[in-house]
Amino acid sequence: MLRAAGLTKQVSSPEGILTILDDVSLNIGRAESVALVGPSGAGKTTLLAILAGLDQPTRGRVWLCGEDITAMDEDGRALLRARRVGFVFQSFHLVQSLTALENVMLPLELAGEARAAAVARETLANVGLSARVGHYPRQLSGGEQQRVAIARAFVMRPEVLFADEPTGNLDSATGDRIGRLLFDLNAEAKTTLVLVTHERDLAARCDRTIRIEAGRVEAGEVEAGRVVA
Amino acid sequence: MKVLGFALRAFRRDLRAGELSILLAAIIVAVTAMTAVGFFTDRVGGAMKDQASQVLAADLVLRSAGPISPGYLSDARALGLEFAETLAFPTVVVAGEQTTLAAIDAVSDTYPLRGQLTVADTLFGNGRPATGVPLRGEAWAEPGLLGRLGLEVGASVSVGERSLRITRVLQYKPDQNIGFINLAPGLMVNLADVPSFGVVKPGSRVTYNQMYAGSDAQIATFRKQLTPRLRPDESLRGREDAGDQINAAIDRAQRFLTLASLVTVILAAVAAAMAARRYALRHLDNIALLKTLGATQSFVIAVTVTELAFVIALTSVVGVLLGYGAQYGLAVIAAEFVGFVLPPATGQPFLLGVLTAATVVVGFALPHLLSVGTTPPLRVLRKDLPPPRLSAAVTYGVALAAIGALVLVIVRDPLLLGLIAGGVVGTAVVAFGLGWLLVRALSRFRGAAGIAWRYGLANIARRGGESVVQIVAFGLSLMVLLLLGVVRNDILKTWEQTVPANAPNQFMINIEPDQLPGLKAFFQAEVGQEPVSLPLIRGRLTAVNGTPVKEVKVANAQGAAFLQREANLTWTGTLPASNVVTDGTWWGAGYAGPLQLSLDAELATNLGVKVGDSLTFNVAGEDINAPITSLRTIEWDSFQPNFYVVLSPGVSADLPQTYLASVFVPRDRVEMLSRLVRQFPGVTVLDLEVILSQVRAVIDKASMAVQYVFLFTLLAGVVVLLAAIQLTRDERRFESAILHTLGAARRKILQGVAVEFVTLGSLAGVLAAVGATLLGWGLATYAFKLEYTVSALLWPLGLATGALIVGITGTLATRKAVNEPPIAVLRDR
Ligand SMILES: Nc1ncnc2c1ncn2[C@@H]1O[C@H](COP(=O)(O)OP(=O)(O)OP(=O)(O)O)[C@@H](O)[C@H]1O
Ligand SMILES: [Mg+2]
Repeated sequence: MLRAAGLTKQVSSPEGILTILDDVSLNIGRAESVALVGPSGAGKTTLLAILAGLDQPTRGRVWLCGEDITAMDEDGRALLRARRVGFVFQSFHLVQSLTALENVMLPLELAGEARAAAVARETLANVGLSARVGHYPRQLSGGEQQRVAIARAFVMRPEVLFADEPTGNLDSATGDRIGRLLFDLNAEAKTTLVLVTHERDLAARCDRTIRIEAGRVEAGEVEAGRVVA
Repeated sequence: MKVLGFALRAFRRDLRAGELSILLAAIIVAVTAMTAVGFFTDRVGGAMKDQASQVLAADLVLRSAGPISPGYLSDARALGLEFAETLAFPTVVVAGEQTTLAAIDAVSDTYPLRGQLTVADTLFGNGRPATGVPLRGEAWAEPGLLGRLGLEVGASVSVGERSLRITRVLQYKPDQNIGFINLAPGLMVNLADVPSFGVVKPGSRVTYNQMYAGSDAQIATFRKQLTPRLRPDESLRGREDAGDQINAAIDRAQRFLTLASLVTVILAAVAAAMAARRYALRHLDNIALLKTLGATQSFVIAVTVTELAFVIALTSVVGVLLGYGAQYGLAVIAAEFVGFVLPPATGQPFLLGVLTAATVVVGFALPHLLSVGTTPPLRVLRKDLPPPRLSAAVTYGVALAAIGALVLVIVRDPLLLGLIAGGVVGTAVVAFGLGWLLVRALSRFRGAAGIAWRYGLANIARRGGESVVQIVAFGLSLMVLLLLGVVRNDILKTWEQTVPANAPNQFMINIEPDQLPGLKAFFQAEVGQEPVSLPLIRGRLTAVNGTPVKEVKVANAQGAAFLQREANLTWTGTLPASNVVTDGTWWGAGYAGPLQLSLDAELATNLGVKVGDSLTFNVAGEDINAPITSLRTIEWDSFQPNFYVVLSPGVSADLPQTYLASVFVPRDRVEMLSRLVRQFPGVTVLDLEVILSQVRAVIDKASMAVQYVFLFTLLAGVVVLLAAIQLTRDERRFESAILHTLGAARRKILQGVAVEFVTLGSLAGVLAAVGATLLGWGLATYAFKLEYTVSALLWPLGLATGALIVGITGTLATRKAVNEPPIAVLRDR
């Protein structure tokens, strides 16, 4: 489903060339859930961005849904994302001027879906927000906003869902609920889940954990359930 | 299809969220200003076309020295045209012992086809529109004829073998011959009576007219049919021919008003650019998000462009509607001096509105919005990615090109475009320089008392660039209004003061030499003052240095024009006070030798002659030849009759001539003029004050119209202000939230805001006053040659208006941002 080979990301900075990712390779299967963990600044977000096609690696290749996205141009990747990839972000990224319902409708409208409103309403109901469809993001709590964002990510039934610290801005109880929601939907829709998180519980729920340290994948991937340092 | 639907939804949502308000307001102001002027000049243009028809009393006139074939009339009838016939000839009219030469106007029942006759029941009575034309056996006489013959309405006169009863005084006819020298007074009769006069015989001096009226298309068809069949002595006059001069004047006025509204468009465009920039910055994250959700770059751009197309459509429609409403204001102002109801407008200005909206959008908003389309999707993860920057060359280049294209469409003249561009850039540079200096000077007061002052002034200094834009935008619009409102009045007053209180206000022409002593005595008795008189001799230049003028090459077109017409000559011994001899010598008061000539220096240049050359004039069939012995410059606005060509005294006194005279008559004595007309028939009196007050009324109305147009500029200035405030809104909200949490009272923060905007407005007022003073002084000194002292009112008025408008608008617009509870602000971040 998702494969990366020899990913290297370098940026030039005033202090010279900075290597953020160094020869990263990995392989994630269909419907698998994987947690990317590691200390702050290790390169997790950078890796996620490249895997999702939001950024280009300096070297190496990425195959997403069987297609080499590193060989595509920005628009090609966008078209791939439109139908098959979903996102959840730490800071929600809802459009402030749109209601919850309209935010969830966005991907459907982009895809030219006719029954956008009905489908979006149903999905919002799935995340327990039927009563809040007409509210604007600033009228919602952080947890509610993230649920809207999750509804927006799932509304297209994507094959792969990327999440960057989805519970990072939430208190632990709310974070817990959001985590459960993510995994429930994932199980139901057979979505491949790639998750960056600092939460041990959340990582523990994944089938597999990949640990990143200073831009490299730590040797010995850890199986689900085992303790992660 | 997907793009269209998506763009439509995005447009609706942006409208609802108020994201587009300022952008829309800016474009609407621009479109309104442009179309208001467009609709108005369109209507005035239409009115002038009608007016041109009135001057002809028809749409098309066929004139001939001999009887016109009746076949033309049946052709006109076949085409569905209206038509009329007239016959004009001079003849002697007899009333008892009295006789006089009259210009007979014999008209058919349908005359006039355009315009109206005005008649009265008594001499100098109240005029009213006439119904029809004189009946058979009746005649309508002009006042001059009644005066000459000493008659009243109801009397009878004989024309040839026929006696006619005068039933009305004819005060006005549309196709009046304008030209006041040697014009016989008119008598209008029925065309069917003419054979019974027995005076029109083969060879007599008669002008035959056929008049036609119909739609533009009918007239054009008929004209095309007629033209090849005309005999050499037949000529056609259409209203294009009659209206040429009027059209040129209208065209100039139209361009001027349109250019005036262009100032509004430019200011509004600046506001639009600011609003678009803010819109773009606010949408960076949304666009990055759309891209992570799978929108392609081309999709984003297509949606942006489509949304802007909606913006153009909406603003054009709203702006054109508002413009149509606003032109009523102009039409009301104009109606008084145009003197008749304006015809309805055509759809033409709608195009101008769409063009304006498109110019502002494409030139000023599009570049900012397109640049945002390239936002990388990665921005959703990395907020620190800088927003895409737009090169200054692109921003200004596109904007200038767009405005340039619009101006070119309006003025259709690349040279003028260059001049305007130079003017705009020059004004902008000077204004920005001044604005920048003002902002700089302000920072000296930073230490002034109180936190509100410090906060307010610091804000102006920190947003230096935007502050200058606001000051300039506002200052320029205020300046124009001050110039039109205050300075114009000052200049007019100063000018009026230069006119002596008892300057001649009555001007008389057509005075026979033997009437002159009596006329002088008459005024001496009535107002205790003799009129100043000058002889008037009509002559046509026939040869230069013995060479017939046909073979003479003159220096320029004005010179050529002088050869075309009869010139007014005079003779005098004393050099008129308003004249200065620049070359040669003046003959002196007692001169009685051989004939000499003195020419206006400019006319000499135009004709290409100098002192020592000789000119031949034909005066009443007789050639007189004389050398040029002096050249003069003439002060034309001296309220004295002035002449291009002056003859030396002596032999000139024997040439056929009449006299002109001018005299001051107090306002409360003007009733004596009707006695004058009776006692000296044939003398025509012109009331200069009436003419001057008419001129003044026209100037007043015209500048009021221009002022009205510049009110939109002020409105555009307000929109610039709002756009600038909106641009800094998020910043202000955040700042005031922080100040709040630090314990500053809301009132204090608001005071700081008030200080900021009142100061900005005052600076704009200063800029306006400086500009208006300089421009007013320049105009007075160089264009009107007047000593101009700046009105004391200018500065306080400029300062107060600027401080008031900007202070109130700015504070009100910012209040909401300041008043928001800090928690809401901090949560949004
Ligand atoms: N465009 C860039 N220019 C310079 N440095 C960059 C750039 N992108 C990433 N970095 C650096 O690369 C390193 C990895 O960043 P990244 O955001 O991937 O870390 P992370 O593992 O997600 O950390 P965190 O857990 O704090 O989110 C950081 O030190 C970051 O400063
Ligand atoms: Mg990160």
